[in-house]
Amino acid sequence: MTTVTQEAGAPFRAAPPSDAAIVTSGLTKRFRGGQVAVDALDLAVPRGSVYGFLGPNGSGKTTTIRMLLGLVSPTEGEHALLGLPLDQALPRVGALVEGPAFYPYLSGEANLRRFDAADPTASAATARERIGEALERVGLTAAAGKRFRNYSLGMRQRLAIAAALLGPRELLILDEPTNGLDPQGTREVRALVKEIAAGGTTVFVSSHLLAEVEQMCTHAAIMRTGKLVAQGTIASLSGGRAARIRVETPGPADAARVLTTLGLADVRADAYVSAELGGHAPEEINAVLVREGVAVRGLAVVRPSLEDVFVGLTGEGFDVDG
Amino acid sequence: MSTAETTTGSAAETAQTATRTARQPRRTPGLVPVAETLSTAERRTPEPAPPGLPPPVRRPGAFWRLLGSELGLTFRRPRNLAMLAVVGAVPILVGVALRMVGGGDDDGMGGMIASVAGNSLMLTFVSFSFLTLLLMPVAVAVVGGDSIAGEAGAGTLRYLLAAPAGRTRLLAVKFLNVVVYGYAVTAVVALSALVTGLLLFPAGDVTLLSGTTVPLTDGLLRIALSVGYIGAGMAALGAVAVALSTFTEVPVGAIAGTVVAVVVCQVLRAIPDLAPLEPYLLPARFTSFDSVLRDPIDTGTLLDGLSVFGAYTVLSLSVAWARFTGKDITS
Repeated sequence: MTTVTQEAGAPFRAAPPSDAAIVTSGLTKRFRGGQVAVDALDLAVPRGSVYGFLGPNGSGKTTTIRMLLGLVSPTEGEHALLGLPLDQALPRVGALVEGPAFYPYLSGEANLRRFDAADPTASAATARERIGEALERVGLTAAAGKRFRNYSLGMRQRLAIAAALLGPRELLILDEPTNGLDPQGTREVRALVKEIAAGGTTVFVSSHLLAEVEQMCTHAAIMRTGKLVAQGTIASLSGGRAARIRVETPGPADAARVLTTLGLADVRADAYVSAELGGHAPEEINAVLVREGVAVRGLAVVRPSLEDVFVGLTGEGFDVDG
Repeated sequence: MSTAETTTGSAAETAQTATRTARQPRRTPGLVPVAETLSTAERRTPEPAPPGLPPPVRRPGAFWRLLGSELGLTFRRPRNLAMLAVVGAVPILVGVALRMVGGGDDDGMGGMIASVAGNSLMLTFVSFSFLTLLLMPVAVAVVGGDSIAGEAGAGTLRYLLAAPAGRTRLLAVKFLNVVVYGYAVTAVVALSALVTGLLLFPAGDVTLLSGTTVPLTDGLLRIALSVGYIGAGMAALGAVAVALSTFTEVPVGAIAGTVVAVVVCQVLRAIPDLAPLEPYLLPARFTSFDSVLRDPIDTGTLLDGLSVFGAYTVLSLSVAWARFTGKDITS
């Protein structure tokens, strides 16, 4: 557990702070009543990355995001966005926090105008144009004049993303952006995030869906009960655990024996017989198995997914409330 | 963003660079290799400007844009318009009722009815004396109580603050908005009463409570004065409602709290033993607007009232500011 954290964290510590879109050091939130929602969080989000912020529900992701945006004041620790004081950084940050929230009696367009008016650095002269672009980007142009009350869940989510894209952004903070979306909408959001990231914007996206983060992100951090348990590039996180060979066979005992004699580590025999591959070539292992008379029905090399990493780090399934 | 801003940004950068190069020779005189100059500059500025877009510039007039947006929301919201319509309808009802009663016999009628029947302008003052008791304060309490709590309850507060609206700035906008709404309520009552009065009752010189008679224009001036005074009272009540609004995410709570406070004050006023308390009760000061009907105008009472309004406003806004700027927004 600690090994991965250190390995993953190392490259970031060396990087100068101006290269980071988000830096937190020792960020802690203790709510009244003593509950520690976020515990000494050290995040380093490199500029230009798509950074997945993973954790089960209740692990402190949203509280962290609220602290980053200045909605909740930390009990201890510091944080900086884009290396700027918060009031200067926020106009450059688009945010989606805990789902969409709009004025139900206003149209989608009027809602965006309202939030644009709240930004003291936004120009009233270009508001119309920028709002039009943002709506266009999320595919809501046709529904711009419709009241928010009559929007579907997916349209609401898209409007929230449009609100996050009202100005030129250097950083997008998206809290569970695919919540409530159908598969089609989810794909669209992922494509949008990739497109935005391709334009150089850093995207910080929280999620409890591992597959989503694995598909979208270049980096990830994993939270559990308010603590950061790992952070780094997706590759380094997954690479922290060795690839395994998995043998499907009617004679698991024999197969396990062969794998052990081959010198493979951590041989396990459950539904499949598996072991750490180490430096061995899988085809050689297969040849040996067959030579030893083990009936091989299937043979696969399994690279650990983020989910395996998570289970390895926390010792529990993912959708368990922390 | 606009080309104008980009130019400003690069201009600012150029200016910065200029200052930096201007300072440079003083620190390191003589010929210095370029690389060393750079590293010296780097050491002197530990936080180099972050890469990416130029730093955002605050736009002049941004505060008024947000206030405009707030007023637009308030005055387009059907609920708020309905309340304006209700307070505007009361003078019409009162006028029609007085006209019908006054048309019959005069026996047992109070001086007020007689004075309204005698002059159209008096309907405004009569309407105010009814409406300032409860109905106008309720309308103001709804807008004020909804101000912060409504945004918090709907979740829009977190997006406004992330925009970033700024907490003090948002609070100022919310307060000014309720001030405008309070004056709008007062003005609607005055206008409705004036029009109704002029239609139903004879115009002409106005007989004041002191018994003297003043010309019609003077009477209109006194109405304007009373609108200013009552509006200030509504603003003070609005400040109380905004303060309560920062303590909850349930707008109805802040609205009900303000209304209950008004009702309790009216009850306390009615208890003779508690008379010493009366000068300090905010709603007790609303009805002092009738000082404009004295000859000469009782400016002492008006100024006393205005200072009570001011005290309530300052105190409430201080509480609201202290609460709102330190609050964790978890809605």
